[in-house]
Amino acid sequence: MSHVWRPLYVVAGIVAAILIIRHFVVPPQFGVWERGYMYGWHNKAAETWWANFRVGYKGRDYCKDCHPGHYKQIMASPHAIIQCEDCHGPAINHPDNPPKLQIIKSRLLCLRCHTKLPYPTSLRSQLPGFLDPNQHNPGIECVSCHNPHSPVLGGN
Amino acid sequence: MHQWYVHGFEWTQKTGFVYPNEFITWSIQIVMYPFLTGLVAGAFVLSSLYHLFGVKELKDMAKFALVFSFALLLGAPIPLMLHLQQPLRGVEIYMTPHFTSAISAFGIVYLSYALIVCSEIWFLYRPFFVQRSAELGKKGGLSALLGFFYGVLTLGAKDVSPKAVEADHKAIKFLAGIGVPAACFLHGYAGFIFGSVKANALWMTPLMPVIFIMSAIISGIALCMFTYTVVMEWKKHVTKKRLARHLKTGDTLPELRATEVEMVRISAKYLVAFMIAAFSLELLDLIFRGYTAVKSWDILRAVIYQRDWVDIFIKQYLCGYIIPFILLLWPGLTVRRAVLATVLVLFGVYMMRWNVVIGGQEFSLTFDGFMNYKIPIIPHNIATFKEGVFGAVTVGMLPFIFFFFINKLIPSFPPVHHEAKTK
Amino acid sequence: MSLQRREFLKIVGSTAVGAGALSAFRFLAKGEAAQILGSANKNQKWVFLVNTYNCVGCGMCVRACKLENEVPYNAPVSRTWVERYVELDNGTVLADSPNAARDGFTADNPMGKTINPADITKAFFVPKLCNQCEKPPCVQNCPVGATFSTKEGIVLVDRTWCIGCGYCIMSCPYGVRFFHPVYHVAEKCTWCYHRITKGLKPACVFACPFGARQIGDPTNLNDPVTKTIATQRVAVLKDEYGTKPQVFYLGLDRIVR
Repeated sequence: MSHVWRPLYVVAGIVAAILIIRHFVVPPQFGVWERGYMYGWHNKAAETWWANFRVGYKGRDYCKDCHPGHYKQIMASPHAIIQCEDCHGPAINHPDNPPKLQIIKSRLLCLRCHTKLPYPTSLRSQLPGFLDPNQHNPGIECVSCHNPHSPVLGGN
Repeated sequence: MHQWYVHGFEWTQKTGFVYPNEFITWSIQIVMYPFLTGLVAGAFVLSSLYHLFGVKELKDMAKFALVFSFALLLGAPIPLMLHLQQPLRGVEIYMTPHFTSAISAFGIVYLSYALIVCSEIWFLYRPFFVQRSAELGKKGGLSALLGFFYGVLTLGAKDVSPKAVEADHKAIKFLAGIGVPAACFLHGYAGFIFGSVKANALWMTPLMPVIFIMSAIISGIALCMFTYTVVMEWKKHVTKKRLARHLKTGDTLPELRATEVEMVRISAKYLVAFMIAAFSLELLDLIFRGYTAVKSWDILRAVIYQRDWVDIFIKQYLCGYIIPFILLLWPGLTVRRAVLATVLVLFGVYMMRWNVVIGGQEFSLTFDGFMNYKIPIIPHNIATFKEGVFGAVTVGMLPFIFFFFINKLIPSFPPVHHEAKTK
Repeated sequence: MSLQRREFLKIVGSTAVGAGALSAFRFLAKGEAAQILGSANKNQKWVFLVNTYNCVGCGMCVRACKLENEVPYNAPVSRTWVERYVELDNGTVLADSPNAARDGFTADNPMGKTINPADITKAFFVPKLCNQCEKPPCVQNCPVGATFSTKEGIVLVDRTWCIGCGYCIMSCPYGVRFFHPVYHVAEKCTWCYHRITKGLKPACVFACPFGARQIGDPTNLNDPVTKTIATQRVAVLKDEYGTKPQVFYLGLDRIVR
């Protein structure tokens, strides 16, 4: 009669094997953290990993010491609300890496705001712009006439 | 920037307003997966009809169904593994299971169920193992090795006295008893995976697990009936040829009987009973959705009655239910007619899985746009192989290949009867 | 300072000015403000406010997000995006977010259609990002604990542990998640966890010239964002799912999906 229990020994062996492997494979900081088992079951090290992700966008304070002229100029213009890195790309570790930032001079960059869209319940309709940008010097880059740091023609 | 690849981009066609990150994330492998687990559960339930409920007529098919269920069980996790973006990490569901997720239950349910099936097979075949290990042990070479393997399979329990075999039968009955709810759990949880996704309007219904279980049982019974009949008829054919070769001129071929019509009729009865349950539940779900007509109904109606109309009403309901009903219930059921019906039932259940898994992803979370799954046929990379026609066919064939080898080890078909006509 | 700039600031600041209804200053117990905002997580540290009136659809936020968080620039997936809604006087609603609005909206062509401006009854932009739900179904449904909520309520993905099953992607009612095109694990908006934990603003908030996206401290009722949420009529997206989103919107509309 006792032989009927044999499969159970095999089961016990499999369960034991899983528990032993688990002991070696699961990272040490894996467990139930602050938000409980439903929302907080994780490896704490992953939080640190994300917290240490590299910061790309540094902000204009990072730019102003080396580029004071541009900084002062844009801060006095309607474009003061635009961050330097919106058009120049993230500084990351500039000037070490990347040594040069890419400057986007495409009309399309300007048209992100300055195509006039007749959307009455959106701020977009109040921005200065062109309902049909193709009527305004098509094929010529905006920066040929307008200085993005001081965009109003005849301004400073 | 690194080489990048957006999962789903190649086979998803969007129309209307769809959020940017939406794609057909779960494709054909996730159709295969519930189809296979459904077959596992259904085959086991069929075998339990004999082992647990003592439906004597199914004795021969029960043995086959159990072993076949095991082969399907080995195949069931493969589509899951294939659909993972990190297949090698799949083992983590045993390492750090998060039981608030229906998928993590897979680890436990699958393992417990596999152990139950293995144990049941062990009890069923233990005398056979003992016999084989004794027979082959006497021979030399490879046979001895095989004999040793059978010896290991006995787990050292070599007592084949009537008392011990009686104990085996009790254990089988017990395991079949806990196996049926475990099989239902295995597949019910596959239904729960979908039914519990509150973000998906088509999937989210508490009926989903029950619908899945019912369709699982019908698909399992249908596949067992189909495979059993086909294999037995094939065996009959082979035996006939062999006998014919040794026949002297003038002798008549003895009558051969392979498939028992009675057995097919009995299993067809169970098939029809479960089909009625499955069909009613699916209709209930459909009617309820239309009647309550909550926010998502507009888009669901567009999917059910327009985009997937043929898939749902023709392929799933007409081919999968209505026609087989007629075929099976029409008086004077023949083996051939039953086989045709089982093929249609299998097709219908497959379409049901398809309509749930793919249909549930055909509309956007915006309720204002659609996605079309353009199934990759000719693969040009691993993803389009895995999530295309070839991957599905491969996965669909694997259980049969497994069964072929397992059946070599533990024969599950009864011998073809040589019945001399008693006239 | 030129005239134009003052005009801009007036427009940008107009909604924040209206938030001065809270009468007396008082100290708050830990998490009390979070409770006012409807969150039960007493440790919640950040809350997000989107002012859809101020969004002009320039898509600078999307561009900044992709570059900051190293999501391949040309891949058709994004942690954040901007939607355009245009409702016409015949009731038609046209909504789109081409290329997740990475390049902004530079033409009046919702869903590729040419429309007569006179037919427009409402039209506006709605930025979308992770709601950092207090009850995130994506986390609940992760089978291996590879995605989780931090103490402060930010939902992150463990790139070393995600098996890539896609269940979280299916579970998010907001369509925020996707498979990272390079690492092939679930990816999502983190509110720039690496920035906010250093006291910086998320890249999208930083890049927005019009203050349409703002992040605030829910433990401080004098924080302009918290003040606005506590005193103005704000809405959240798809609250019927019971996820308790932590991104609040000013100017949502019935047509927003």
